Parts: sequence; structure tokens; C-alpha cells
Amino acid sequence: MGLDINWAVDWVRRSAEVVAEHRVELIRLDRDIGDGDHGENLDRGFEAVVPKLDDLAAGSTPGDVLKLVAMTLISTVGGAAGPLYGTAYLKAAASAGTDASLDGSAVARMLEAARDGIVSRGKAESGDKTMIDAWTPAVDAATEAAAAGADASAVLAAAAEAAASGAEATEPLVARKGRASYLGERSVGHRDPGAQSSALLLQAAADAASESTGA
Amino acid sequence: MGEGSVGVVFVSHSSKIAEGLVELARQMAASVALVAAGGTDDGRIGTSFDRVMSAIDEADSGAGVAVLCDLGSAILTAETALDFLDDELRARVTIVDAPLVEGGVAAAVAAESGEPLDDVVRAAQSAGGAREPERADAAGPEPAATATATEKVGGEASAGPVRTVTLVNDDGLHARPAAELVKLASTFDQRVTVNGTDARSLLAIMSLGLTKGASLEIASEDPAASNAVDAIAELVESGFGES
Repeated sequence: MGLDINWAVDWVRRSAEVVAEHRVELIRLDRDIGDGDHGENLDRGFEAVVPKLDDLAAGSTPGDVLKLVAMTLISTVGGAAGPLYGTAYLKAAASAGTDASLDGSAVARMLEAARDGIVSRGKAESGDKTMIDAWTPAVDAATEAAAAGADASAVLAAAAEAAASGAEATEPLVARKGRASYLGERSVGHRDPGAQSSALLLQAAADAASESTGA
Repeated sequence: MGEGSVGVVFVSHSSKIAEGLVELARQMAASVALVAAGGTDDGRIGTSFDRVMSAIDEADSGAGVAVLCDLGSAILTAETALDFLDDELRARVTIVDAPLVEGGVAAAVAAESGEPLDDVVRAAQSAGGAREPERADAAGPEPAATATATEKVGGEASAGPVRTVTLVNDDGLHARPAAELVKLASTFDQRVTVNGTDARSLLAIMSLGLTKGASLEIASEDPAASNAVDAIAELVESGFGES
């Protein structure tokens, strides 16, 4: 069973909730190795998206929702997460296109497009201690699950689990991108806040999917 | 000028930094569109997509815009903004990887001199050049030459060309002629100095404060620099095309 507009809207609402809930944790992670604004910026961004969901036209698609998230994050976040997540959602929206429903392979392709968007915007590579270290394992797991015939909900569950492991695995890494890279070796032992928020957002996507498909 | 000159946008996490840069660059580029895009929409530390978009729009008079950014996410925001410009405008907007203060002033001066976008961008990029000679000396291309030739006792080797010329410009070495001198010096591989100051550093040259009648010693330690020294000396003697 594919994921439709209701899933997309629910994902956004859950994202706003989970970011608000983890706001302090994200701020703390970012304060350790960055400028401390990640939790607050992301919270402000998603808080700004939620009321706009009510204005979606009838017949809107998941792609429309993703585009709305992209534009709102780009213009409200104010830190690196704005252009990075903004580009990710924008590329995801383009990948989802005008389809009313996304199956497992469409979801895997959408995640890959999002990840590629972050890479092209931030120029980070795997192992740089950035959100890519959550996204790339997520995309790999999603692609593998989709190839094995998993449905959309199972694809997202696989992605979320891999993203969480990937975020955890950023702890021993030396940061090579972003503000944390100024700390060099001192960034070791801290989890990357962007990887952590990525894992939270993908978990929200999986939760919304399991709710909507009753899996 | 103004009309038709390249505009400069300063993107900073801090509105004070961006506005301060406009103020600083304005002193040497009175008629250029210099626009600050600092801080977030609600005045916090950060960068604003909307502010960058409207700053680019405001700075463009048709001749293009050079965008200078401070830290990482300012560049990300500026690059995202570029993605959203229409193709025609995007083609004449360049994000410059340059030191914000020196690069920004150099870009503004080049724009004031009526330079096209590519030259404004180059002026900003080469503005950090004042710091490079140290690195060049350490790992320069001529270690063999220094090893075999004059044993450079105490570094007093003055084998290079020297010319002393007099500044004839009524207003002294102000922004436009200084920019021309720096631009010319930047076209040569050899390092040339004016009164001991790196001729490729706009701020250093301008801060010499040279007025009409001043004596300029144009020199290089590099024996191969006579073309460079002659060219710069002749430019100064010509009065930079001013009467």
C-alpha cells in the first residue's frame, strides 16, 4: 500500500512534534561542537510549516507537501539547516513529482534524491561527521529494502533504523565540515546534531507510514 | 558611475558585520550599490534567504553582483538563493570566495572603477594576496636558484630592479589609481613592492597614504622582475590617465 497526502501531512506534524520534543537535546549537541542554534532553528522552521498545512489545496500530493516544507525551512531557519534541509525536501518533492501515492521504490528514490541534494549543497562526504552520515546509510537500507520488494512503510522503517545507527556512529568521528570542523580533534566524542535531527525526521516519516498503512 | 557598475552584497551572520562592511567599503566606493544582508529576518545571528534575495536584487543594475559571505551557512544560504534567481539574473551573480574585509573593499573599489564583474571578482580573490608571499618564499619555485647563487647573507641581496618615480596625480594615490596599480602588479608572477609594501595588496597600497609629489620606490628582489617594475613605474609616471 502506497503513501499518500495524509502520510505526508502526518509526517510533517510528527516532525514538528519530535523536533520540539528534542529541541533541548539538539541545542545541547550543537552547543558542544557548533554554534548551538540547531534545535531552535529547526523548531522554528517546522513550527512555521504546520499552520500552512491547512492551506493546502484539495488534490495536493505528497510532492506538494514536501515543497511547502522546503520553501518554509529555506526562508525561516536561518542556519545551515535551512538551505541543507530545504534543498533535501525540494529534491524529494521533485522526485515524488505529482504522484498521489508513493510505493516502496518511489520512497527509496525520494530519499536518495534528498540525500543527493544535501551533498550537492553542503559538499560533505561520508565520514565528515555531518547529516550525510545518517542519510547515506538510510538511503542504502531503503534501496536494499525496496529492491527486496518491501512496501513503502517497511522501506521507511529500514531507513529510519539505519539513520539512527548512522547518527550514533558520528560520535567517534573528527568533524571535517561546518562549524564543528574548527574544533578538529575536539569534536570527537560528540554526536553530530544534524545527523541526529536527520534520524529523528526519518523516524517520524516511518512512524507516520506505519500509522497510515496500519503496519 | 553608479549606474551600470557592478554591485556588491555582503552576507554575514551578523547584521552589524554586514552593515559595517558596507560602511567601510563605501569610503572608497561612493557610487557603487553596496548592500548588507546580515542576520536573520528577526534580527538574530544567522543568515536570511529573503534578505540575500532582496539584497542581490537591489545591488544589480544590470552589470552584475559579487556576493561575499562569512561562515559556511552564509555560503549555503547564498547558493540556495542563487538557485531561485531567474536564469538571466543568476548568470551575472557570482559568489566570491575571498576574505570578507579585504576582498569586500577590493571588490567595491574595482566596481567603483567601472570594472566588469569578472574583474571585480578577481580583485576580491586576489585581495588576500598580501599574506601569500610568506608561503611562496617557504616553498617557492626557485629553491635551486637561491641555493646556488649569492649565498643571501642576511637576506640583503638586492639583485632585483628598482625604480623611483614621483606621483603626479592631484588627488594622490586614491582608490581608482591604487586599484589600477594593484591590478597591474597582479598580472606579473614576480613580487613587486611599492615603498616596501606588497604591490598586490590594495589595502596595503592605499594605507601608504601617498599624496601628490610623493616618491615611490618600485622594487623587486627578483632579478626577473624588471618588466614588472618598469610597467608599474610607467603607469605611475603616466598619472594613471588623470591630468
